[in-house]
Amino acid sequence: MALLEIKDLHVRVEDNEILHGLSLTVNEGEVHAIMGPNGSGKSTLSHVIAGKPDYEVTGGQILFNGEDLLAMQPDERAAKGVFLAFQYPVEIPGVATMTFLRTALNAQRKARGESELLTPAFLKKAYEVAARLNVPRDMLKRGVNVGFSGGEKKRNEILQMALFEPSLCILDEMDSGLDIDALRVAADGVNALRSPDRAMVVITHYQRLLNYVVPDFVHVMSKGRVVKSGGKELALELEASGYTQFEDAA
Amino acid sequence: MPAVQETVERVRRIDVDQYRYGFETLIESDKAPKGLSEDTVAFISAKKSEPAWMLEWRLEAYRRWLTMTEPKWARVNYPKIDYQDLYYYSAPKPKKQVTSLDEIDPEILKTYEKLGIPLREAEVLEGVVRKDGEDAPVERRIAVDAVFDSVSVATTFKEELKKAGVIFMPISEAIREHPELVKKYLGSVVPTSDNFFATLNSAVFSDGSFVYVPPGVRCPMELSTYFRINERNTGQFERTLIIADKGSYVSYLEGCTAPQRDENQLHAAVVELVALDDAEIKYSTVQNWYPGNSEGLGGIYNFVTKRGDCRGKNSKISWTQVETGSAITWKYPSCILRGDNSRGEFYSIAISNGFQQVDSGTKMLHLGKNTTSRIISKGIAAGRSQNTYRGLVTAHRKATGARNFTACDSLLIGDKCGAHTVPYVEAKNSSALFEHEATTSKISEDVLFYCTQRGLSQEEAVGLVVNGFVKDVLQQLPMEFAVEAQKLISISLEGSVG
Amino acid sequence: MNVVVAKTETGRALSDAFAVARGRLPGTGQVADRRRQAFEAYERLGLPHRRIEEWKYTDLRTLMREAFSLAAEPDAAALERAGEAVRSHTIDGVRRLVLVDGVFAPNLSQTDGLGQGLRIRTLQEVLEDADSALQAQLFAPENSDAMVALNSAMATDGVVIEIADGAAPKEPLHVLHIASTATPAAMFTRSLLRLGNNAGVTLVESFVAADGVKAYQVHDSLIVSIGDGSRLDHVRLIEDGRDAFNISSAMVTLGAHAHFNFFNMTSGASVSRYQATIVCAGEGSRVETNGVNLLNGRQHADTTLLLDHAVPNCASREVFRAVVDDRAHSVFQGRIIVRPDAQKTDAKMMTRALLLSDEAEADNKPELEIFADDVTCGHGATTGALDESLLFYLRARGLSEKEAQALLIQAFVGEAIESIANDTLRDLAVSAAQRWLEARA
Repeated sequence: MALLEIKDLHVRVEDNEILHGLSLTVNEGEVHAIMGPNGSGKSTLSHVIAGKPDYEVTGGQILFNGEDLLAMQPDERAAKGVFLAFQYPVEIPGVATMTFLRTALNAQRKARGESELLTPAFLKKAYEVAARLNVPRDMLKRGVNVGFSGGEKKRNEILQMALFEPSLCILDEMDSGLDIDALRVAADGVNALRSPDRAMVVITHYQRLLNYVVPDFVHVMSKGRVVKSGGKELALELEASGYTQFEDAA
Repeated sequence: MPAVQETVERVRRIDVDQYRYGFETLIESDKAPKGLSEDTVAFISAKKSEPAWMLEWRLEAYRRWLTMTEPKWARVNYPKIDYQDLYYYSAPKPKKQVTSLDEIDPEILKTYEKLGIPLREAEVLEGVVRKDGEDAPVERRIAVDAVFDSVSVATTFKEELKKAGVIFMPISEAIREHPELVKKYLGSVVPTSDNFFATLNSAVFSDGSFVYVPPGVRCPMELSTYFRINERNTGQFERTLIIADKGSYVSYLEGCTAPQRDENQLHAAVVELVALDDAEIKYSTVQNWYPGNSEGLGGIYNFVTKRGDCRGKNSKISWTQVETGSAITWKYPSCILRGDNSRGEFYSIAISNGFQQVDSGTKMLHLGKNTTSRIISKGIAAGRSQNTYRGLVTAHRKATGARNFTACDSLLIGDKCGAHTVPYVEAKNSSALFEHEATTSKISEDVLFYCTQRGLSQEEAVGLVVNGFVKDVLQQLPMEFAVEAQKLISISLEGSVG
Repeated sequence: MNVVVAKTETGRALSDAFAVARGRLPGTGQVADRRRQAFEAYERLGLPHRRIEEWKYTDLRTLMREAFSLAAEPDAAALERAGEAVRSHTIDGVRRLVLVDGVFAPNLSQTDGLGQGLRIRTLQEVLEDADSALQAQLFAPENSDAMVALNSAMATDGVVIEIADGAAPKEPLHVLHIASTATPAAMFTRSLLRLGNNAGVTLVESFVAADGVKAYQVHDSLIVSIGDGSRLDHVRLIEDGRDAFNISSAMVTLGAHAHFNFFNMTSGASVSRYQATIVCAGEGSRVETNGVNLLNGRQHADTTLLLDHAVPNCASREVFRAVVDDRAHSVFQGRIIVRPDAQKTDAKMMTRALLLSDEAEADNKPELEIFADDVTCGHGATTGALDESLLFYLRARGLSEKEAQALLIQAFVGEAIESIANDTLRDLAVSAAQRWLEARA
């Protein structure tokens, strides 16, 4: 059974249909890149998988480990192991990052019927992960993403990914707003989390990111569906020829 | 359904009917005849075995009150109050003369137990060792004065406080035992003619707490008063007077609850604080009077005058309030910064839900030189409530070097409520430096989605955001109160916690 | 409430003024009825005082010591003096419309060659015409404010400007109010600007006194409607004489996607109040208001703005700067209302006061009244003196104290002045500010 199976997905926002019959299968351990021009529906796809309100699914289905993902609330999906690294992580003033991490982790554990981590165990784990990702402790004491630079925000997303240990990670435009050094740091963090029982879907406009996070499969999206799939060489091909050819194909 | 919409629905469902403190205690009570007259005033004064000067003081206030009209400027609406249709005095009928805690009506003790207010000192000693998060275990002792309807029923730790020289007793006792202090300070911050409700209070107040901290003494424990309105159709008019003499320090906590009733009840308290040279008073309130039901029926009318006088140089008065209860709140804890280098602070969380109306804020009157003040106000409006911050900051001509910083933020949950900000900033000399900022926002859909994506439920997400929003103020509360306040905030908005 | 309003001397004198002036006031029938109703409302309310919340800081019972009688129609000598004033207050490239002592002066005004889509008449003409739609608009303001009611009752003249759909006259229109009266007198004017859909114009109003004119009282009001998709740039300069009294009211309504850019500067008059109600009545409309008070001596100037967001998706920005010297008193009251339907409102207000003397006073009351949840609203207010460290830095670079102050004050008011879109008018405001600073030195 595939980890994630999207079949003929149709999605609408207000009166516009954004996805028109998108299909995608992701197995455990695989890294898929989804590429496409602006407005092709890449971010919509990531939002629908995570369950963002305001999107109306008018057809098709999404199965996660065989279960109907669309029937679940966003927090249930998170507890099941779906993690979305946001393109624009929000700022939550007054809520210390540590408090947020502990509350979220324990909410997920509770939903899965696991025991909540007591503070000392949590602290140990959080500091360990933070050290591994070179996240200074000072950052953990500040409000969630408040006053963080673009790079710090992305690192905070990866920190959460490492801490929550999801089985599916969706990285939405992880490279946006990052300079090359910050991108390298973020990519190292992501690569360290690659494992045989975890899949990743990397959404990006540019091929650049894929030099650092090398995918097993590449899909090209245009006008709300996948128009071509292939191996990592497809990304290089796109770099050379651009998206125009696919816009006509769609 | 969009996330916020869902939250709104949920908040609407939780009615305020889930008020946890809405039970009634069935005891016999001793009441003054209904209505207000010179006889009522004399009755109360006689009940308290007051000296003649006190009765005269009350009567003067009563006569003054007859000439006054209810203030209309606040953004609150309520039907006309019939002041002749209220009881002005109600006391639990004593079985006999009470000399120790064991002789208090067990029903009353049970009430305080249910409310979580420890009146037995032994229990307090054994019971408050608690672990919280990563912090080391703390042991804190709190002296409590419990006021039930119109009278104080118990004051704990009296002896130990006495050793330190601190006077902590019901004000009715203080009038008899320390007339020189009461005469000197009562009405010196809130004059009997101050405003309609304060004047009414001056005429009919029945009890409340009195605190005097002698020079140089740091009060060895937190002092606390717990107010409970039980009796039907009864107004509660308590009066609190706290004097911190030169170089002393005291932290005082106040909590309030009332049973659930369909009719409105009036609560018109007066609190006066006096800080002399180098003294500091920290006054914290968790106000959780019954707010009325989800239809807006019943609830307490809370018309309170609280004012602190930084009379001495380098003195400091700090007000912290968490206001979640009452159908109507009309309250402006203020600081008169008279002494040079004195400092006033006001930290407030005001939460309104259902049909509650809050009009609250502060006044910082800068009179002395180099005085500073700080105002942090957090208003949260949900349901069909109206939540107004009203504040005045003023520097007089001679108040050189006055400084104020004000931040008032409002959060709206749902589209049927209102949040309003009415600041008055008045500078009468060029060395005053005032900064004021205000924002109004709602809990953003994006933040809620971010939190739910990380596994939090809607309710938890709202709770987290609200707690972040009010954090600056919660931090000002003594720890026991902060924990209680945090719970209260969750209950007021969500109904699921606790 | 059955309370008899105690009337001051001034209040009574104003009542008498109406009786005396009645015969001279243009309009009959419905117009006369409306005037009478307005006057009755004024009689009921009396002169505003500090217990009226909106007038808290401008108590006319104490500030307005006496009421002058209605100014006579300007005679030849008055028009002569006014002509001098026109010459010294000419702005290049504008169309000038002059009111002398509250009466339109055709010989000093430029009314020729109006071109397509622009129509200009006097208030007198419109009130004596049978144009009932315009008359209704002219008397639309409610009588709830005593001074607006008094103005409705007493308005003798003004200009009525209509701009047709799609029209955009290139020349700014300059309404110049000149006080030229030989004896202390009061002027009551009311003007109207009606901007059709997809139209645009720049309106300048200024208030000045002819040479030698001392005490006088201006009571002005302006009614503006901005049609869908239209833009109005509006600049006001209060440069009245130092003994003058100026109470002006404005009511502005914006249609859908309309844009209102407003700038007011008060440096003249002894006592002045500018009160405006701006209503975003059409979705997607936008308002920018900018104000500067430059005060010294014993001047008192009050700006009171009400911004009413009645519909969704509108944005407003309010900036106010007060520079207060000597024993002057500056007041800013800004109220933002967001009605229950006005979701996605984006409203911001920032008011700052700079006190240059120990006896100067600045009162700020920025208010938010919010009934919709999906909004971004905020306000800020600061009051203080000039930054000592900046002053020192400039002194250390060789500037005199006054020069250093002038530079910092210019920067302080600059933010508000910069918002003026028209270059000529912006320069005009900059030089007015400079003149004020030079006079200080």
